[in-house]
Amino acid sequence: MTAEMSVAVQSAAPVRVSRSPLMGFIHDLLTVARRALRGARREPAAVIPSLIIPIFFFAVNVGSLGGVASAITGLDYTAFQLPVAVIFAVTGVSRANALVTDISSGYFERLLLTPISRLALLIGMMAADFVLVILLCLPVLVMGMLVGVTFATGILGMLAFVLLSAFWGLAFTGFPYAIALRTGNPGAVAASFILFFPFAFLTTAYVPREALSGWLATVAALNPVTYVLEALRSLVMTGWSLGPLLGGAIATTLVGAISIGLALTALRRRVRIP
Amino acid sequence: MTTIGDGPPAIETHDLVRSFGDKRAVDGVNLSIPAGEIYGFLGPNGAGKTTTVRMLCTLLRPTSGTALVSGLDVADDPGSVRLNIGVALQEASLDLGQTGSELLELQARLFSLPSDVARRRIDELVTLIDIGDALDRRVKTYSGGMRRRLDLALALVHEPRILFLDEPTSGLDPVSRREVWNEVRRLNTERGLTVFLTTQYLEEADELADRVGIIADGKIVAEGSPDELKRKVGKDVVVLKVDGDPQVAHAAIASLPDIERVDMSEHEIRLMVTNGPAAIPQVAARLALVDGIKVTEIALRRPTLDDVFLEVAGRATAETRAVAA
Repeated sequence: MTAEMSVAVQSAAPVRVSRSPLMGFIHDLLTVARRALRGARREPAAVIPSLIIPIFFFAVNVGSLGGVASAITGLDYTAFQLPVAVIFAVTGVSRANALVTDISSGYFERLLLTPISRLALLIGMMAADFVLVILLCLPVLVMGMLVGVTFATGILGMLAFVLLSAFWGLAFTGFPYAIALRTGNPGAVAASFILFFPFAFLTTAYVPREALSGWLATVAALNPVTYVLEALRSLVMTGWSLGPLLGGAIATTLVGAISIGLALTALRRRVRIP
Repeated sequence: MTTIGDGPPAIETHDLVRSFGDKRAVDGVNLSIPAGEIYGFLGPNGAGKTTTVRMLCTLLRPTSGTALVSGLDVADDPGSVRLNIGVALQEASLDLGQTGSELLELQARLFSLPSDVARRRIDELVTLIDIGDALDRRVKTYSGGMRRRLDLALALVHEPRILFLDEPTSGLDPVSRREVWNEVRRLNTERGLTVFLTTQYLEEADELADRVGIIADGKIVAEGSPDELKRKVGKDVVVLKVDGDPQVAHAAIASLPDIERVDMSEHEIRLMVTNGPAAIPQVAARLALVDGIKVTEIALRRPTLDDVFLEVAGRATAETRAVAA
């Protein structure tokens, strides 16, 4: 480096692009999301379970219960199980593990020393998750088509199916992020998948609600996944009907409000100067 | 060396205090560091170095007192302070899954640098940190020294005027350590960057710093240029190694005249003396009379910051040790 060059560098005032607050936020959000997606692409091991588990359960459930269930309920059990597979694919997928790595490595602190919007640090990662869960819906849909599931609502219905699933996935991500931000502990984040079990199994994963009884019927009625499944099933099996779709949307919104609320509270604590 | 500015100080603190519960980790620190200076902040683990640096970097709120960085109050306006400082904290904080150039670009975007400025800036930094082909490899393949240098480059992307380095070479091998030192020196001389450096390596402070502050128990116990500090210690240091019980040797020589201080470590006995050449024969003669003690090595050297450190920061411990002996 020559002397003249360094002098020029020195005298230059720090140049920054000025943006409106909204555009600045979007810029930050996209920056964070892009990094998160790049990270996800390089860590396929983190996503592969979300590809395999739904296909595994779909094959096992349809294979073991399909005959019996169809005989008793008269349902097309393959179509009935497809929404379960998609819920398995999208629930609990997040970059919270990457966030907790950032926190423990000190990289998160480096981000806090930049003028980036604090909110974008979280929302950007969620935006990346939204892209990821949409991508994870696709193999499930392909699998459904391969085994002959047809959508009563056609192509638009498939789109709605993917969107509702993806929003459900997004609504759920708040929990692992809240844990990541609150604890900064990779173990706690890894354990957060346990949350997924009651949601995924204490519901109508195997039989429709009419067939449930006792405590499980009560729990299932309180489990938001029940309503998401009913909405998704209506798209596959019944056609456009407002009731179940509204139920699914409300359940997703409620869970999203709670989980993202928790995550935002945890974020606020994490970024506050102690 | 760049000329150190006459303008307002780059870093200034008044009675800076930070408590954790009952413990005052930083207990009334006053600093005034002119622009363009390399200031070495020296102290043992737990003395308050990192707490101080974290307050100056807006990562920790002062309990009381004020800290101005670049003329801006760290508590009132942390956002503006952050635009003016570059920070490389202990343990390079990097995302190991990304490449060096990705992290540099990300950093430039986070500071909203226009893309042409960012490009030019990153090219400059890449030359400066000399990381070469590795730039497009993922950081997890980097050596410790490369990670530190990348960390340093990340801290500089937005052209800060003040650079904070918290133990920049802890855990590095001697070669990497020297490389980081060269980088820091170059940034200071070529760019006039003010550098605030914490370290527990006295050699590092000696090598780099224009001025050194020594902190112990949250208070600054000595401050000055390395040479000034060394002069304060006394004239000469006699280093002695013996076969036999060093405590016995210690007792034998402690009463000799002209010995100002005796420090013992596992391997050696260190004597601060007013006149080294005169002290050596006295010490040797006295120890020759002591049964079971054989002098294996006796050497004269000039004081180092290590000696200063023992003198000011370790005074309490040294006294306890002397009493015990």
